[in-house]
Amino acid sequence: MALIELEDVARTFTIRAKVGRLRRERREVRAVDGLSFTVEAGECVGYIGPNGAGKSTTIKMLTGILVPSAGRLRVAGVDPARERTRLARRIGVVFGQRTTLWWDLPLRDSYDLARRIYRIPDARYRANLDRCVELLELGPLLDTPVRQLSLGQRMRGDLAAALLHDPQVLYLDEPTIGLDVVSKVRVREFLREINTVAGTTVLLTTHDLTDIEQLCGRVMVIDHGRMVYDGGLDGLHATGRSERTLVVDLAGPSAPIEVPGARVVKVDGARQWLAFPAEDSAAPIVAAVAAGYPLLDLSVREPAIEDVIARMYAKVPIG
Amino acid sequence: MGSSARLYLAIARGSFRRYSTYRAATLAGVFTNTVFGFILAYTFLALWRARPGLGGYDTSQAVTYIWVSQSLLITVAVWGGGFQDDVQERFRTGDIAVDLYRPVDFLGWWLAADLGRAGFQLLARGLAPITAGAIAFHARMPHSPLTWPVFLLSVLLAVLVSFGLRYLVSLSGFWLHDSDGVRAVMLVVAMFFSGMLLPLGLFPDGLRQAAQVLPWAALIQVPTDIFLERSTGSALLAGLGFQLAWAVVLLALGRAAQLLATRKVVVQGG
Ligand SMILES: Nc1ncnc2c1ncn2[C@@H]1O[C@H](COP(=O)(O)OP(=O)(O)OP(=O)(O)O)[C@@H](O)[C@H]1O
Ligand SMILES: [Mg+2]
Repeated sequence: MALIELEDVARTFTIRAKVGRLRRERREVRAVDGLSFTVEAGECVGYIGPNGAGKSTTIKMLTGILVPSAGRLRVAGVDPARERTRLARRIGVVFGQRTTLWWDLPLRDSYDLARRIYRIPDARYRANLDRCVELLELGPLLDTPVRQLSLGQRMRGDLAAALLHDPQVLYLDEPTIGLDVVSKVRVREFLREINTVAGTTVLLTTHDLTDIEQLCGRVMVIDHGRMVYDGGLDGLHATGRSERTLVVDLAGPSAPIEVPGARVVKVDGARQWLAFPAEDSAAPIVAAVAAGYPLLDLSVREPAIEDVIARMYAKVPIG
Repeated sequence: MGSSARLYLAIARGSFRRYSTYRAATLAGVFTNTVFGFILAYTFLALWRARPGLGGYDTSQAVTYIWVSQSLLITVAVWGGGFQDDVQERFRTGDIAVDLYRPVDFLGWWLAADLGRAGFQLLARGLAPITAGAIAFHARMPHSPLTWPVFLLSVLLAVLVSFGLRYLVSLSGFWLHDSDGVRAVMLVVAMFFSGMLLPLGLFPDGLRQAAQVLPWAALIQVPTDIFLERSTGSALLAGLGFQLAWAVVLLALGRAAQLLATRKVVVQGG
């Protein structure tokens, strides 16, 4: 049985907005609109989509702090909203912009509290804490009040707090937001470790695609609450109708090149950029250019994953 | 000890320790309470010289009333505050949503935290004013040693009632977006009806009877009368019973409001 199962899950919000001076209007927002997917134990899944796509809403439903308006949702076999408290002992959650740590007290106190909250047996607590402290390099921070921690340090602190009770699933909502490159690397290494070594299932949302490239074997892209892609990272290129770019240097400035199978997207003096479908071969295009124009040099650029996804977001009809 | 008891104890202990880190604020607070104690004590002295036996208090009881109430003021949070500031901050930042997925009872969590705070403030903010009063004004200390434990019990009940009131104000944030307005109104009401400014017995007819049955009387008036040994025997039991009844009612209301608030968040999305 899959660890996470969603079947046609939808979530609408009613927003009361002021129109004019007195009139108030009720408007429905479909944050999640017929979402179905399953996640198996041990997977690491990247969950991406543009702002307002419904990622956080999905995560809230998976933790049970929000009920779906329609559809069926199961995590570890239970309905999260019905059995929120029971499920809480089996999941870990980190919201990048929120903290569960005790603001004015040393980090250590928050961990001690987590141990009481989740009733973690002493030996296990000590082992888990030691592992987190080592991997996240928290040793020197344990006796520092949380309010004195930097964002990156606090995020590492929150990650440890979410994992002390050995959750089966870890949901991360933008865990690398606002972190510098070094902190991001450390957080990613840690997540990889707990996913591959400890076998914790990880579902993470992010706007930093490097997170996904380095961690996730699978990526789900949503937009307007609907799944637009679910599969491996490489498959994105085919689905996203991604394009490769042929950059050519001619002997001198010229009118845009006209060859079959490619179109010019940019001209800068003697240099021109030609886009063509990623799955097509570059050879016939290069041959055609060489035959018709004074070609000096050329290079082929692979599509950037950002561009692929940007195109995917743009493609989805609004509404 | 049960695992829940241990959890709540850990929360209370952490909260106690947290307040103990605010050293400068504590010192400033002690200073302010003591200065106000002097001002009010002189005022009461003048008043009771002009009208001896006012409200059934002799002059030494009247002065002591001031010092006891100054000692309790912060512990029973007449002006609001304590966990309220935390909850309000969590509403503002949206962190309140993450509190909901922890397998801990919301009310139990904040109550434990507030008891930890009250414990610290009783020691840190309560001892100095009453000592100053005892030295400078020969404040009337309890004659019977038994009065002390009963007084402490009454202070505990006062904190519970105060928590119940503040919890309801805090939860109004789930509906009002911001509980600042309600809080400001509650502050004035509490100052007046707790007996902090004037013993409730001095209020004019009608207002007096009303004030004596409202929950705020449980904050200052009831414990202070116990300290002054004005309430003894059945009056003492009535006072404690009054506090207990309000504590039970308010905590039950708090629990009901919490259910509604949670449902609102879970169903409507906050
Ligand atoms: N409590 C709420 N009340 C009303 N509308 C909401 C609520 N929560 C979310 N929404 C709306 O639902 C939609 C999806 O929001 P959600 O927070 O899930 O997006 P997201 O994918 O997490 O975006 P981001 O990348 O910006 O974090 C948005 O249009 C948002 O305005
Ligand atoms: Mg989000």
